[in-house]
Amino acid sequence: MELSITPAPQPGAWRRRGVASDNDLIKKIQAEVIMSKRKAKDSHFTVGECISQVQRLLRERFCHQQLPLRPLGMESQHKHLLELLRRTAVHGESNSVLIVGPRGAGKTMLLNCVLKELLEVNEVKKNVLLVHLNGLLQTDDRIALKEITRQLHLENVVGDKVFGSFAENLAFLLEALKKGDRSTSRPVLFTLDEFDLFAHHKNQTLLYNLLDISQSAQTPVAVVGLTCRLDVLELLEKRVKSRFSHRQIHLLSPLGFERYLEIAQQQLSLPSDFPDHKFCEDWNASVKALCEDKSAEAVLQKHFNASKDFRSLHMLLMLALSRVTVSNPAIRPADLLEASRLCTADSKANVLHGLSILELCLIIAMKHLNDIYDGEPFNFQMVHNEFKKFIQRKSHSVHNFEKPVVIKAFEHLQQLELIKPMDGSTAKTQKEYQLVKLMLDHSQIMEALQKYPQCPTDVKQWAVSAFG
Amino acid sequence: MSVQLQHPGYAEERLRLAAARLPCRETQAGALLSLLGEPEQYSYPSIFIYGHRATGKSHVTQTLLKELEMPHVVVSCVECVSAGLLFEQVLLSFFGSSSSELLPRSPSLSDFVRVYRQLCAQVPATQTRYIVLDRAELLRDMDSNLLPGFLRLQELVGDNVTVILLSEIVWDKFRPNTGCFEPLLLLFPNYSKVELQQILSQDSHPSYSPELYSAYINILLGVFYSVCRDLRELRHLAALNFSKFCEPLETGEAKEKDTHKLWRNIEPHLKRAMQTVYLREVSSVQWEQQQAEEREVGAVRGLSAHDHVELPYYSKFLLIAAYLASYNPARTDRRFFLKHHGKIKKTNFLKKHEKTSNHLLGPKPFPLDRLLAIFYSVVDSRVAPTASVFSQISSLVTLQLLSQVSHDDQLDSPKYKCAVSLDFIRAVARTVGFDILRYLYDFL
Repeated sequence: MELSITPAPQPGAWRRRGVASDNDLIKKIQAEVIMSKRKAKDSHFTVGECISQVQRLLRERFCHQQLPLRPLGMESQHKHLLELLRRTAVHGESNSVLIVGPRGAGKTMLLNCVLKELLEVNEVKKNVLLVHLNGLLQTDDRIALKEITRQLHLENVVGDKVFGSFAENLAFLLEALKKGDRSTSRPVLFTLDEFDLFAHHKNQTLLYNLLDISQSAQTPVAVVGLTCRLDVLELLEKRVKSRFSHRQIHLLSPLGFERYLEIAQQQLSLPSDFPDHKFCEDWNASVKALCEDKSAEAVLQKHFNASKDFRSLHMLLMLALSRVTVSNPAIRPADLLEASRLCTADSKANVLHGLSILELCLIIAMKHLNDIYDGEPFNFQMVHNEFKKFIQRKSHSVHNFEKPVVIKAFEHLQQLELIKPMDGSTAKTQKEYQLVKLMLDHSQIMEALQKYPQCPTDVKQWAVSAFG
Repeated sequence: MSVQLQHPGYAEERLRLAAARLPCRETQAGALLSLLGEPEQYSYPSIFIYGHRATGKSHVTQTLLKELEMPHVVVSCVECVSAGLLFEQVLLSFFGSSSSELLPRSPSLSDFVRVYRQLCAQVPATQTRYIVLDRAELLRDMDSNLLPGFLRLQELVGDNVTVILLSEIVWDKFRPNTGCFEPLLLLFPNYSKVELQQILSQDSHPSYSPELYSAYINILLGVFYSVCRDLRELRHLAALNFSKFCEPLETGEAKEKDTHKLWRNIEPHLKRAMQTVYLREVSSVQWEQQQAEEREVGAVRGLSAHDHVELPYYSKFLLIAAYLASYNPARTDRRFFLKHHGKIKKTNFLKKHEKTSNHLLGPKPFPLDRLLAIFYSVVDSRVAPTASVFSQISSLVTLQLLSQVSHDDQLDSPKYKCAVSLDFIRAVARTVGFDILRYLYDFL
């Protein structure tokens, strides 16, 4: 083999570490399972231990994004991608593909599942090199190139220097990749997470070169991009775009609610190798009962209507799970309800509840200004004027405050970003006349006012009255 | 305290200790603890805690992590002028002193993740590691990849690590354009009035009974609660004004039982404090000095900057002229400054079709000629347009009482705006015996 990639002692050791640690964990759990089986023969688990086990298992599922055995609801995409990558890995065909889907749709999960399955084949595992790049980490081509060199274990081969200049580095890598041919070189799989961010690099050099190699019959290369932007192709320059295979896998799940419910149940259920059988059965039965419960179903339906991705489901289930304790050894519909309440709470309304009466009065004054002037920006002086009118007319509970005190309250609102200054030129105008905009909705204010603790009635009335 | 912190993963003794240090925050601490879970279990990759200032966000988080001995690092984003400092602190506290040397100069997030992975392979986490980022809103101003990167750090480094972000600002204002990993949101609501009373009463003065202090706090809250709910600020005010409250007790004018008398003594004082100390117009030292002086003199002296500006005689008139030029429409100048202004009927003239007054909209820019014309008509003696008048204008600009609107290169007709408030200009006009309200269109 020509390619200097051959001296790599451990192909793809970098990325494999994560999987390895997962394996370790599984082994550890298995060991514990065996141990506990031994124990189970002579004594039962206490509820506390069981709960702890449940927490551990489910938390790994929800928080650590542990890979499922098979990706749910995306069988065809899975097959497609696996076939594509297998061709590169086994037959040495170059390829490029984009996986497009909204956040939390399972793009990374799909890719990792495919890679896991691919690497189970021994011959592939020995042969294939993996390079993982992430647009969040490799913010420019120089860093990306260093990272590629590192992940291919070539850092000692780049001349005598550890890292040469960008140009040297690129030339070396390109040479290494171009020298090879289909039959003798080891295939390299590039995965680019947050693909759209790579398009912002200068001249798109990296993308151009990677896709260029994937077009020609040189070292077999597969480029897999993951992105949440549907218009990602528009971001590519013409010369880059024309080198891309235009193969896209879309993850827009056509999931129905029944399936969603099933998945939720599946996610909460314990596997059959759970140490304590009795508890496991009880738990699974309670989960089944939960998913059949009307109010829980309503909560899930509401959540499903808002977003069907798994990550938001995980967040909901995680919140529900965190309420499971020894005294409450199963997820009840009430827990789910509470979790959903936390998930969907309007945080701006929550912030409004914590404002002082004076600040609340200012918000109401701004609301009235918005009504009168149809959403035009306003300044502090106008707000203060409205506030003064209210004080003079019908306030019994709120006293008049000195103007500086009111300004301080106004500034606090600005600090909380509930109001936003319109233009950047703060230095030129006095702060009383700086134009600002209210960042709250009419209904948000009214709703927050209803729930505001111990809100004086005259303030409430002022808020609902149409003319200031 | 009815609700006790309970969690099977931690020693009860420690939980009790932690709970004792978190008065009135049992629910929040319990919720946070149940999210964190047992030490070796995974926790949600990122948790976003929000709430107003001084609602115990940092305190609860830090106390829990510290008392329960979880591996953690607390980084205040205010201290981190560069991302490198942030990375360094995280690595130092997780992997010991030599770890940060592995970072190159001005490290990127990529370097940080690489070094973290490298070190983490040597020392894998046995417990969840926590990174607490205080004042997280400042992360938005740093590199754009930093916030999304930290939110999914668990995935990026492949370690059992949870990032806790603390901020006063709601999460909606953080979300980047193309979205990111959504953290779990947790609200810390304000302390209620009862809770504030309970917490503030804890630091009572040793030489007085706790009941007296509690009564004092009650009065204090009565004055300040509708303006300020910030525990820290209230505590500061309570400490500053307590000696004044105790004055009648020391002189023997009142007993601890005479709550009404004590209230009458302290209430105006607290109101004054709201206008000065609360606004930071005077420092607490000055306030204490002022209190001491007051005992002798008896009169209150405003300490705000407005009463201390002393200007040359013509400068005062220039400022007045500028104020008039800024707040009066130019077409009304004839009426104000011409003796025989012809047949302008007052009804005609006062067509208030501009509904909103200029005092709501702010000052308008005016050219230099107009300023000088008004100046000559308001100043009582004849003034020659000498260089000294012009230099006074530019020194008013330097003092930021006027601001120049047009560019510096416009030499022949520069434009200005008056940048002082009505109260200020009235004070200035009073010193030269000029009734400014008569000349203001808004007050006709």
